[in-house]
Amino acid sequence: MLGGWLNQIVQGVLLGGLYATFAMGLSLSVGIMRFVNIAHGDLIVLVSFLILTLTTTLGLSPLLAVLVTLPITFLGGYLLQRLLLQRVLGKGVLPIILVTFGLSIIIQNGLLGTFGADTRKVAGGSFETATLVLGGGINVGLLPLAIFLSAIAMVIVLDFVLYRTRLGARIRAVSDDVAAADLVGLPSARIYATAMGIVGVTIAISAGFMSIWTNFDPTSGPSRLLVAFEAVVLGGLGSLWGTLVGGIIIGVAQAIGAQVDAAWQLLAGHLVFLAIFMLRPEGLFPKY
Amino acid sequence: MKTSAGTYAIWGGRLAIFAGAAVLAVAPLVFRVTDVALLTEFLSLLTIAIMWNLVAGYADIVSVGQHAFVGVGAYAFFGFAVIAHVNPFLAIALAALVAFLFAIPVMAIIFRLRAAYLAVGSWVVAETLMLAAGKLSAFGGGSGVSMPVSVVRVFGVHPAERYATIYWIAFAVAALALASTWLLMRSRIGLGLTAIRDDEEGAGVVGVNLSGLRILCFLWAAPFLGLAGAVITLQKLRVAPPASFSIIDWTVYVIFIVVIGGIGSFEGPIIGTVIFFLIRSYLSEIGVWHFIILGVLSIAVVLVEPRGLWGLVRRFLPGDVIPITRRPPAPVARQAESVPHA
Repeated sequence: MLGGWLNQIVQGVLLGGLYATFAMGLSLSVGIMRFVNIAHGDLIVLVSFLILTLTTTLGLSPLLAVLVTLPITFLGGYLLQRLLLQRVLGKGVLPIILVTFGLSIIIQNGLLGTFGADTRKVAGGSFETATLVLGGGINVGLLPLAIFLSAIAMVIVLDFVLYRTRLGARIRAVSDDVAAADLVGLPSARIYATAMGIVGVTIAISAGFMSIWTNFDPTSGPSRLLVAFEAVVLGGLGSLWGTLVGGIIIGVAQAIGAQVDAAWQLLAGHLVFLAIFMLRPEGLFPKY
Repeated sequence: MKTSAGTYAIWGGRLAIFAGAAVLAVAPLVFRVTDVALLTEFLSLLTIAIMWNLVAGYADIVSVGQHAFVGVGAYAFFGFAVIAHVNPFLAIALAALVAFLFAIPVMAIIFRLRAAYLAVGSWVVAETLMLAAGKLSAFGGGSGVSMPVSVVRVFGVHPAERYATIYWIAFAVAALALASTWLLMRSRIGLGLTAIRDDEEGAGVVGVNLSGLRILCFLWAAPFLGLAGAVITLQKLRVAPPASFSIIDWTVYVIFIVVIGGIGSFEGPIIGTVIFFLIRSYLSEIGVWHFIILGVLSIAVVLVEPRGLWGLVRRFLPGDVIPITRRPPAPVARQAESVPHA
């Protein structure tokens, strides 16, 4: 029995890794552009369908399909920011929320119209089902483990880009004070767009993981958004390591809830989030 | 003050509103049952739209969790009327009270979030409440439960009679929502809210109590949303988590209605709801694409004319059709030479 619980917690931690990859892009856009993109989850689902299409029609392997989508999503994020979001940035909260909200509805229904309402999944081959048996009733799937390690790698790389590179310094400068950045000659619109391009890349990676590990359908976006949002807020705004920890907390809460009863899985995640949020509204490791 | 074409237009608009209200006041006597049912939905949606506009358009609380209170009202009404055997008419009033009581802890949670994060935060709360409603076995758990015939018959033995009764309730709720919110907007509080809408920092500087007004608006909206939830339950004759807490029906459509009609104006939600109902029958024939059209429209509105359709019309009018702002008294004309502007 204890082994069963322990196993659930391990599975929850690994699931948290997947949630952290969803949340990484949101954490970036919240940290840099100071807004929550309501269409974030729907963008992940959109790219998942793109990967699905690449694997089924062109017969690419999932890994190759993700690599192909990386430049597409970078460009997509860049253009989305440049052509749409930039126009409503700095005009208060309402316009940006309304625009991303509209975008979310458009993506969901566009996918419904194109692919139908069926639940899909990308076939990951034998790697999907391979497990490490650690004894004591604990089994670790190779795929979840790989995703968890990738989530950690993502945090390290993004942290490096933000805090150790020239591009990162520019992004942080613009995010701290747009007016001052413009004064010293930084092209703020282009920097914002580049940052959103990086967010696009994280979306492609998390979409690749999600499409192999879990089922998804055109309306899966909002639930991914809520989990990502909870991870970001729990971790503390602006902290990527915090986001990883936040994702793990939600994953473990859901796994323990699922152990009680399948219907408790989602509810447990939300309740744990609300409880911690009421105790520490600023999150665990806030940067600002 | 000469009477211009604009003034005629304003009075024309007012006349249209009174005519519409007069028709609505006698609708069950002149329309068929199906039309009465449609008008009931119209009034419920209008009530919700007025409230979302008050909360988001004036108090700047951009919530995406409105459907939570509609669902809470629906479940509260069902609980009192069916499970506790309270008089169903009293149960409707109690639904408003329960929604109001729920609003207090919900507010305590989401007001801790900064404005940009409040939207998704309110969504999380709504999702949690919906999932929790699915755990109530007395209410049929995740699949919901229908209202027993004995309770339904209280509102009328024959369907036509029942539809009429439910319609009057919806009409009373919408009328109460409109009239009381209009009075609120005409008061000092409304002046403060308009100031927040126009310039939040400026309003704070001149002494408008920002957080106080926000709390008031949020708590003001909740009971009306609960009433709408009770009316909707009466119409559907059942409660179920996904239907009673429907984000599409009570949040997505409502946001589109208010944004396209004109957010931050009193006329906007009314115009938006009328337009939505006029095109709804045509829209539903094209399936998912109608959402895409509404989404594109609302983004276009935000980019081009943030004040919506009413904002476009209002440019050509000298005043509001539904007056909520008092004009300052006209300055006494003086013969002194005007001071040139620096």
